[in-house]
Amino acid sequence: MKILVCVSKAPDTTTKIKFTDDGSQLDSNGVQYIMNPYDEWYALVRALELKEAVGSGSVTILNVGPAANDTVIRKGLAIGADNAVRINAEANSAMFIAKQVADYAKNEGFDVIFAGKESIDQNRSEVAAMIAEYLDLPFISYASHMEMNANTATIKRDIEGGVEVVEVETPFVVSAAKGLAEQRIPNMRGIMMAKRKPLNVVEAVDFEDLVVPVHYELPPEKSDVKLIDPENMDELVRLLHEEAKVI
Amino acid sequence: MVLVFAENQKGIFKKAAFEAVTYGYKTAQALGTDCIALTLGTVQDAGALGKYGASKVYNIADTKLDAFDSSVYTAAIAGAVEQTGAKVVIMSHTSTGRSLLGRLAVRLNAGSVPGANSIPQTDGGFKVKRSVYSGKAFTDYEVKSDIKLISVMGNSLQPEENGSAVEAEAMEVSLPEPKVKVKEVSRADGRVPLPEAELVVSAGRGMKGPENWEIIETLANELGATTACSRPVADVGWRPHHEHVGQTGIAIRPNLYIAVGISGAIQHLAGVNNSKTIVVINKDPEAPFFKAADYGVVADLFDVVPRLTESIKKFKAES
Repeated sequence: MKILVCVSKAPDTTTKIKFTDDGSQLDSNGVQYIMNPYDEWYALVRALELKEAVGSGSVTILNVGPAANDTVIRKGLAIGADNAVRINAEANSAMFIAKQVADYAKNEGFDVIFAGKESIDQNRSEVAAMIAEYLDLPFISYASHMEMNANTATIKRDIEGGVEVVEVETPFVVSAAKGLAEQRIPNMRGIMMAKRKPLNVVEAVDFEDLVVPVHYELPPEKSDVKLIDPENMDELVRLLHEEAKVI
Repeated sequence: MVLVFAENQKGIFKKAAFEAVTYGYKTAQALGTDCIALTLGTVQDAGALGKYGASKVYNIADTKLDAFDSSVYTAAIAGAVEQTGAKVVIMSHTSTGRSLLGRLAVRLNAGSVPGANSIPQTDGGFKVKRSVYSGKAFTDYEVKSDIKLISVMGNSLQPEENGSAVEAEAMEVSLPEPKVKVKEVSRADGRVPLPEAELVVSAGRGMKGPENWEIIETLANELGATTACSRPVADVGWRPHHEHVGQTGIAIRPNLYIAVGISGAIQHLAGVNNSKTIVVINKDPEAPFFKAADYGVVADLFDVVPRLTESIKKFKAES
């Protein structure tokens, strides 16, 4: 089984987000970057498990980004991916990323292409669907459970207030949600081996963005919390009704 | 022309569809054009979408659309865009909408804005505001393409009646065979799903164990609220994963979010701080959540939650 896992880099979940003074971009001073959790914890690990279950094949991780992303890519190799590809570009839109991935993947014959359900920075949840459309493949989003039987996958996907169970034949694109796998921590042997695994750098194809983020801002500061006497919950209910007008 | 894809569940239109049509109507007003709605598969009472501002409602009644396959849905919507000449396409930011937006963007060579939380600014360009960094910030996306796609975040506007029901018209689009076989769809009955919920009662580690959740359930039932939880309690299995709100769970924006025994780590706040009103109940006055709260109660949750339930009961009896 030949599997591709698309991974992105995102600020660590504990990051206090701030922007440059003109609001044009993230102020990356002091920001720690990690592999996007949905890509690492769920997509990559389930891909490795599927390969291990079959006993043959390969898991390739792919990132669209600058050389600074190699640290994140090496972590993916340490967790167990066989090889890596970095498409050398600063990506500004989901479609740019999808275009690069699709262009690389179109002649590679991947059986399954994984991505996380969204990145925790832009939260667009678009890249996997776009790759599927570029490659004219079926797309299953928000997979929280996935079994393979030869070329047929049975996937549970999260929908509002429930789950949908679908069947699809390879090749297809799937986006990973919580529950698809359990996070793996790389061990020392994995970290050592990762240094020797191939990381190919590929130049990007031209693409003009159709949509760009132009200005970032933080939400308005909350005014001070109004503390309510614990003995007087009638007062809280009154405020929720009369002041906040939410009940 | 603004085209709204109004999604249904088993043929029935829900709040997400009414929000999307309302959003489409307001966008069309801003652009000085008409709003039309598109419905897919076997549906009931599609013409009622006219009440939310759709001047025409089209239905593609092909049974291939009764189960969800993103390829088939994309072909249907792209076909409707072609036939109507629509320049702005709107859908709900649901599991369906989010699975389609990217596909459609590539198919139509259109810029897309996922999860918009206000209507587009159309004076000088086309900009749409959305949340980023899992709710920690906002950004304006500028769309430069001829056709523009938007999915609308739940609860970002209220459905409004802006017209009257119309007669739905049939539309024909040739569709590919589905490649995704839907075997089963199961939804928990009763409660409103979290992303749509206007009232949410959420609890965390302060509950001490899963056996203590009854007071939370009772409060939620009394309010007609949906229950949620923090990541640690979902991770240890006290509560189901689909209740987990936060940066790596679901991001929600209800009118009222009551957080019980949740300290308010930055990752949790990210998923809930777009809520209109936040109430925090915690015995630790230093809990970071109080900084993000509108109303706070510093007390033992096991004392105060049942008392809050009683007060709600009294309020409902009196009003």
